[in-house]
Formats: sequence, structure tokens, C-alpha cells
Amino acid sequence: MSEDIFQGYKGEALELLKKYNVHVWDNAEVETSRGHFSGKILPRAENTDTIHIVLKLITGYNVGIDVNNVTNMTSTTVPQPVFKIPEKQFPITKGLPNVKLLGTGGTIASRLDYRTGAVIPAFSPGELYGAVPELADICNLDTEKIFAVFSENMGPKQYIELAKKIGEEIKNGIEGIVVGHGTDTLHHTGAALSFMCQNLPVPVILVGSQRSSDRPSSDAALNLMHAMTAAGHGNIAEVLVCMFGPTSDEYGFLHKGTRVRKMHSSYRSTFRTIGDTPVATVTRKGVFPIKQDYHPRRKDRDVTIIPTFDDRVAMLYYYTGMKPDMLDAIVDNGYKGVVWVGTGLGHINKEMYPAVERAKAAGVHQYMTLQTIWGYVDMFVYDTGRDMMAKGIIPAGNMLPEVAFIKLGWALGQTHDPEEVKQLMLTPVNDEITPREPYNGYLVYQGGVPEVEEFIRNVHK
Amino acid sequence: MKSKSPQQNYELSKKTIGYVDRKKATQSDYDRIGFMSGLEVHQQLLTKEKLFCRCPAGIYQKPDEYDAELLRHMRPTLSELGTYDGTALMEFKTKKNIIYRISNKTACTYDVDDTPPFPINEEALHIALEIALVSKLNIVGEVHITRKQYLDGSIPTGFQRTAILGIEGVIPLKNKNVRLIQLSIEEDSCREVSDIGHNRIYRTDRLGVPLIETVTYPDMTHPDEVMEACNYIRFLNRSTGKVRTGIGAGREDVNVSCKGGTRVEIKGVAHTKWIPELTHVECFRQWALLVIKDILKKRIKKEDWKMSYTELDPKSLNFYYTPINEAIKRNEKLYGVNLPEFAGILSHFTQPGKPFYDEYVHRLKVIACIERPNMVSNEDLEDVVSQNVFQKVQKILKAGEMDAQIIFWALEDDVKTALDVIEERSLMAFDGVPNETRKSFADGTTIFERVLPGADRMYPDTDTPPIPLEDSLIERLKLNIPDEVVERYNYLQKHKVPEDCYHYIFTHNYFPHIRSIVEELGYAPKMIAVFFGQKLKHLHGQYKNIPFDITRMYEMFAYLKKENIDAAIAYKILKILFKNPKMDFDSILNILKFKRINKGEIVERIQFIDDKFLPKRKNTDANDKRNSIMGQLRKISLGNMNLSELAKQIHV
Repeated sequence: MSEDIFQGYKGEALELLKKYNVHVWDNAEVETSRGHFSGKILPRAENTDTIHIVLKLITGYNVGIDVNNVTNMTSTTVPQPVFKIPEKQFPITKGLPNVKLLGTGGTIASRLDYRTGAVIPAFSPGELYGAVPELADICNLDTEKIFAVFSENMGPKQYIELAKKIGEEIKNGIEGIVVGHGTDTLHHTGAALSFMCQNLPVPVILVGSQRSSDRPSSDAALNLMHAMTAAGHGNIAEVLVCMFGPTSDEYGFLHKGTRVRKMHSSYRSTFRTIGDTPVATVTRKGVFPIKQDYHPRRKDRDVTIIPTFDDRVAMLYYYTGMKPDMLDAIVDNGYKGVVWVGTGLGHINKEMYPAVERAKAAGVHQYMTLQTIWGYVDMFVYDTGRDMMAKGIIPAGNMLPEVAFIKLGWALGQTHDPEEVKQLMLTPVNDEITPREPYNGYLVYQGGVPEVEEFIRNVHK
Repeated sequence: MKSKSPQQNYELSKKTIGYVDRKKATQSDYDRIGFMSGLEVHQQLLTKEKLFCRCPAGIYQKPDEYDAELLRHMRPTLSELGTYDGTALMEFKTKKNIIYRISNKTACTYDVDDTPPFPINEEALHIALEIALVSKLNIVGEVHITRKQYLDGSIPTGFQRTAILGIEGVIPLKNKNVRLIQLSIEEDSCREVSDIGHNRIYRTDRLGVPLIETVTYPDMTHPDEVMEACNYIRFLNRSTGKVRTGIGAGREDVNVSCKGGTRVEIKGVAHTKWIPELTHVECFRQWALLVIKDILKKRIKKEDWKMSYTELDPKSLNFYYTPINEAIKRNEKLYGVNLPEFAGILSHFTQPGKPFYDEYVHRLKVIACIERPNMVSNEDLEDVVSQNVFQKVQKILKAGEMDAQIIFWALEDDVKTALDVIEERSLMAFDGVPNETRKSFADGTTIFERVLPGADRMYPDTDTPPIPLEDSLIERLKLNIPDEVVERYNYLQKHKVPEDCYHYIFTHNYFPHIRSIVEELGYAPKMIAVFFGQKLKHLHGQYKNIPFDITRMYEMFAYLKKENIDAAIAYKILKILFKNPKMDFDSILNILKFKRINKGEIVERIQFIDDKFLPKRKNTDANDKRNSIMGQLRKISLGNMNLSELAKQIHV
């Protein structure tokens, strides 16, 4: 229990608190060589120094006090505050679709404890209703927390569990599924679920937020409303990522889980469809398809769940002068698949060739993807490309590197036969390789050009 | 009630609450109503860059000068959806579109909340610490950036990043000490371009500029004291020479309450000289609201009060009021609202020229997004809708003798909020003074601006690490800090510099220049201070700005000293300097046709002139003679001989 009284404090600061018998949450009076301070002792954040204690002043501001300046301290103990989100019964409305929200961790909605600044996650239907009451106008919501991991800690184990859960929910008759997810690896999960949950009769919508819901400008609530709309009312029964279209609060995009990528570390509109256009836009009014050849919603429950994954797959991002021992090490460590991320049309240096052959001999499946992100691998243009194919690297078309990685793990979970793996890899499940790239897919317009500036000035982006 | 016209009722209620004009008000008037006021003084810091990003600070764009527009909505966070902040939710439901106009020159992805903050601008932090040291505050050991929520959209994140640097200081006024609560460093907000209907537009140029806020305790008990305290803090800030000046660089929020009232914040007071009238009027407004509360409570219990309303058919009522007819053309809905027991309340005095119904008008504008004019009442001071119409409305609403009526018009979507607003404000009348921020006008009156956000709207910024302030840094910064403003006051007083010079000298922070001229060149303090506070001020006002670097003042006196020229010529030089800011002093003297003549030669001429003195008038005395001599010798003496010294040489 002693850790609870001195939450987060270490070293000199902890000694000082002990010396004066002052605990976290106490109201303290502190005498220092810089004057008198009074306020509530707050817990100390991890990875901060050990010579300051944190006070919350009556005005609500926090300040730190150097323990070396403290000459005396007194305190009165107050009970540790307990905070809960007010639960309101999520209303069930006849005629609205039933949607299930599966939680993987991260906070879609949350409430702030203003006294400590801690974020209390809101997740149960009642809590979510309290935070985003508009949801009740969209669907009848049920929620289930499957695991609580940060986005970067999602992996094969979680993909499999999630896929199975989606299968169950569909069998039970749900009309749409939303998966709440941190944004860092949202597109990895999008790819994994695309391969593991095939022939979907209802939409599976992945959603996150780029600005936490404790701030008034958060994108969380609108993303959640868009996702619920797409899951409950949309006609596109695919695994889709639903996030902001522009950075303005205007509309969301629905991206195929196999073609989407996080393209900016912090922008709201960070997710972009690569090599194609998004499938649809979504507002609170409904889903508006951009592409017409989507898989429509069905009444049946005939979903195919293929929850397999072999995690002995690695990615090699080629850099100039890369040494063959990089690949050798992967092979020697028992990996069964390598996704190359090559330069230009899909190239690596000649020095690597013997190692590539060695890997092939060891039964390692190698596929080529692109650092350019946009475009197709084409290993026929130059001799070197043809050489590499001969030595065992298979071009993966315009499959995105992360998608190829997920797909190879998924395929190797089913078979290690090179032809069967190749068959699985190169037969698209949902456009991870497309036969053609539409002209308007690649829309990377650069600022500074008058026409682009004119467009940006006149349209909220 | 019916026997009195609204105008009569307004005047009578003004008298009943004991309103006095500020010019006639005495301390006992303020004591009677329990005048209490505190200040939040904002001051931009003179830095090259913004506080949390590397955009340039202090570059401003015109309203239509922008490269992109962005649309956002501000959502109350959960705790504000709860019990205490119903109005925030109401405002959210009406949906304000917040549009930001971004110029690539002055804003980046941080400004529009698409990139996390960069490390705090050290230049700004150090200036702010210096000011905190001059303010004699207890400096914190570690700076914690805190988020302060704003739902009006003035900051795209929905919160302001702010941090306390020091607490518990004191400033000396003429008659009392005023305690300081704290000094914080924070990022400035956007500038509003317009706010019409559901669209509020902001410019992002000022956003993020480093700012400090000095907060006092509510120690001021007279409107003039508030201004005095404000001036002191502004002069103190300026005494460092490291703060921005000009329009908008310094702004005040003034908190006012009366006995039994509530803290009301008058936001963004642009001119210090407005403060006395604003605080005076606000305190009496609160006093009037308390009287209204008592009247209502005598008539009816708050719990029993129930408003009724109905949609009105414009065809059955003849309106000759253009705004209503235009609203009908725009397909807006017309509603009649009955406020039971509110007779005489709507036209009750609250502020000079403003009766109680004004409280509804601006809430309808801000919260329900209905542009003004948005309502009329049966107690309007000016009849724009005839009493005949109101009689019909009273009949439809089955109104009683002691009731009052409002007619408002709004788009169908905004009607619900409008009704909520009217009901909420009416119920608030039973409690006295609502917690709110108010916008100020030059005439001293204010209007409703926003609901004051809940007190608990501060929480730590998870994007920035705490910043330790080591003793060595504080010691180093102490070396830069100027002496206190109060010491400067005392210095000027000791040297008998007239008081009317002080404001100008402190506003422009010329004291350090005066002091170096006095101390380094050996001039008399009074002469130099008056030269700045009267002569320079006069030309400054005439030319609207000072076209030359102020250090030329020192150079001028240094030149006179070196050349052994009497300083009486300085004003003539200064006049030339305003016209030719870059001209060297030798050339200026050429223009002035200054000729060196030694004192002896001037004195010799006295006798000569004396001899030739031919009075034009009959009755002349020695004084006339002396004046005549002085007059004739002034021109050649100027710069060569001190005139009082010359006068002593005239023995007639």
C-alpha cells in the first residue's frame, strides 16, 4: 500500500514526502526558499525526475516544487477521490439497426477527471451514450471489451481472437460491427481482418481517433458517429477503416482494410487509400459510395472465418549498401517469410543475390513490395529485376508492404507449399492487388502551385 | 404596472436601486453596494516566434488575406455535459460552425491542432520569468503546462496551453497594496473576423503568440483603483522593454461583483481608461439584478414559475416592424412567449440605456445563433411593435395583468434553443446574477458574451514534459530585471517632476532613457523628465509616432554636452528631428542657423540694448525693459547661454 500513498514518487522527492508524512491527494502547505505554496499533492508522472513534487493549486493549475528548496511541509489528509463516468441507459429504438462495438484498447471516448487530469475511459453503452448522445439516433448499441492493448501492441494473437469474435457476432445476427482501435496499426488490423473474415454479410468498420476525446476539438465523437452510421446503415459489407476525410469536421472516408495506410503522424485526415480512391464518404446522413463495385450487405450469415497466422515473417526495408548478412540472420533465426520493401520498381542490390538464393534454398518465401508506396512492382523492366525473380523473389503487384506482411503471415498459417502460398498471395481477397490503378487514385498534389492553392483556399480540406 | 409606461418604469427603477452617475459617486456609494473588483492583465511578449511552434509572432493578416479555411466544431467534454454546464450543451446543440482562416505565413499544422506542440519558446519563458521576478512572485520549481478549456473556438484545440510561473505577489498603489494571485504564460487566441448566425470565423495569425497573464486578488473597492492597478501592472510589464506594444498587445479582463452578486468577467477591455466606467456600471447592473430577484421572489416561487409560448401566425397580426417582416419573408417562425409575473421586470433598469430585456437579446444571439434584432417585448423602451399586437398576443397566451411578453423570430431549427434560452434566463432572474463573461463597450455598458465555463476546466497537458527552473537560471535572470515601477515613481516625485508626465513616461518605458541621460551626462532629472513627459509627448501626439530610434534622445543630449551647448536649444533640435529623423546634429544646428557666441559677448550687448531702449507705450517700467532685452537676446542666447543666467545679468 505504501506505493499508493506516494504514487510515482522516487528518490529525494519520496524521502521528503516520507519525512514530513505527506501523502498524495493530501492538501499541503509547503514552505520553500522561493516562498509559500499550498495545494493538493498530485501523483508524479513516470519517467520524470526525482527532485520535484507536484501541487495542484486552488486555481486548478499544477506546479512543481524543487525538493531542495523545501524548508517545511504540513498537510491535512483528504480521502482519495474516486471518479466514475455517469452511466445513462443507452436507449433502444425500434427500427434502428443493432450494432456491436468491439473494444481493443485505446480510448474512443473518455472523461476527464479535472482534479487530477487523469483520463477515465468511457466504453460501456451507457458511458458512451453519456459522452456521445447522438449515437442513440443512429443505432442500438451493444459493446464488448475484447482486450485492452495499445495499438502498437496489437499482433497476430489479437487478430485471430478478433476474427473469431466477428464470426460469432455475425452468426448471432448482428447488423453491423465497429472495432474501436488505436490508430498506429489500424491499417495492419484492417488487412488482417480482411483476410481472416471473408464473404462478410455485414460491414465491419474499424475506427479510432487522432485527437483524444478529452479535448473539445476531438475527432473521436464524429468518427464514432460515422462508424456507427457505416456499420448500421451502410450497404458496403467489407472490412473498412473509417476516419476523417479532410482535417475539417466535414465527412469521413471509408477505406478498404487492404488499401489503407496511416500517412501522417498527427493529422486528423491521416488515413489515405493508396493506389485507388476510397470506397465511400460517410456523414451522419449516410454512406455515399465513390466506388460502385463494392460487396453489398446480405441477409444471410454465411461468413468465412480463416483465423490463421504464422508469425515467422519479417520485413526488410532495403537501404543502399545493405549487407547480405541482414537476410542471412533472418533465415538463420528460422523465419519462413520475408517481405522486401525495394526501391523504385522493386529493386535491391546485387550483393544481396547469394543471400536471396540461400534463403530460397532454406524454404523462405520472399515477396517484393515498394518503398514508393504508390505504383506496381515491375521486375521485368531491368535485368536486375529478372535476376531477382529467377533467384526466388516474387513480385507482389501493388500490394502495400504492411499488407503483404500480414497476408504472408496469414498464408503461411495455412500452408508452406511455395505454389499454394504464391496462389494465396497473388489472388486478391479484396483488392490488395488491383488489376488497374485509376488515374484519380494518385492525388498527391503539392502546395505552392497556384491551382492547388486556389483549390485549398476555396474548399475546406 | 399597466399605468406606468416602460420608460417611466425604467427611470423609476433606476432611482429605486439608487443608481448614481460615476462622476457623482463617492466611496460610500461603492461601499453601500459592496463594490469588489480584480484584474487579469494580459500582455504579449516581444518574441520572434510563437510559444509552442516556430511560426513568426506579431505578423498580422487582413480578414480576407488567407490561404485556406478549416471547419471545426467544439464539443463540450463529458464533465461539461453533466450537471453544471447546461448552457454549453445548449450552445453545442445549435451547432456553431467554427471556421479558421489560415495564412501560411503565420500558421502551421500546430496552430490548427494537427501537430503536437514543439518545445516551449525559451525566449518567451525567460521574459515571462523576468516579469514574474519584478512582480515579486514566488517562482515555481517546475513549470507544468496545463490545458484550460475554451468552447468558443477561439483556440482550435479547444483549450489554451498555459502554465503558472509564480504565485502570491504584491503591487503598491497610492493608497493600498494589491495582492497578486499569480502570473502565467500562455498562448494567445485567434482573432474573430465575424460571428453571424451559425458561422463564426477566426483568423489564426495572433493564435499562439506568447502572452502573460497577471491576476490580482479582488482587492479593489473603487473603480478608479482598478484602473490604477491596471496601469501599474502594464507599466511594470513595459518596464522590461521586452513586451509588445500597440493595439491588442495588452488586454484586460476585469472581474466585478457587488455584495450578494457573482463574479462577472468583462472580457478584452482594450483601453485602461474604460475600466472605471465599466466596473461602475457592472456593479450597479448586479445590484439591479438582485433587486429584480427580490421583486420576483415576492410575487412567485421559482419552482411554481412556468413560461408558456405559442407560434404566432403573422397573417393574423399586423406587424409594421421591418425586421419581423423580413424574418417572415425568410420563412422564419414567429413565437410569442408569456413570462408570468414579469410585468415591470423587462423594463427594469440594469444599465444606463439598457433595461432587463437586453439580457435576453444577447443570449438569443450567442446561444441560439439568432441575429439581432431577434425579439421585441411589450415593455420595450421604444415601441416598435404596437401595443395592439401585444394585446392580441396576450389574449392568445391567456396572459395575466402581471405578466410580460416577448415575441421572437428564428429559423425552425433554432426555436427550441431560443425557448430554452428565454426560460433559462428567466429562471436565473430568481437567483440574481448569472455567472458569465461580458463584452465591453466604450460607453461603459456590457452585453452577454459567454457562459463562464465551469471552474474545473483545467487539466494537465499530456503533450509537454514539465520544465524545471533551476536556481542558477533564476539568479541569471535576476541580473536582467529592471528596478520596480514604484521606485521609479518615487524617483520622479523626489525630483518634483509633475505628475502629468508619469503616464507617458511609463507607458513608453522611457524611464531608463531619462535615467541614463541624468546619470551618465549629468543633466538635472526634472529638466530631462519634463522634456520627455511634455515636449516629446507633445510632438509624439502631433506626429502620431516617433520616426527615429529613441536612443537619439540620449545622443542629442550627449552631443550638446560634448559641444558645450546649452540644453535650452534641445526642443528646437527635436522638432527638426521629427521632420528629419536621420539627420546628424551638426546639420540640424545649421538649419537652426545656430551661431556660437560666448557669454561675455552676449552680456556686453545688454548695455547696448538698454541704451537704445525706446518704449512705444508711455507707462513702462523696469520689467518691460528687462523683457524687451531678453526678447532681443533670446535668439542668440539659445544654446549659448542659459536664459535664467542671462536674466540675472540684466540689471535695470
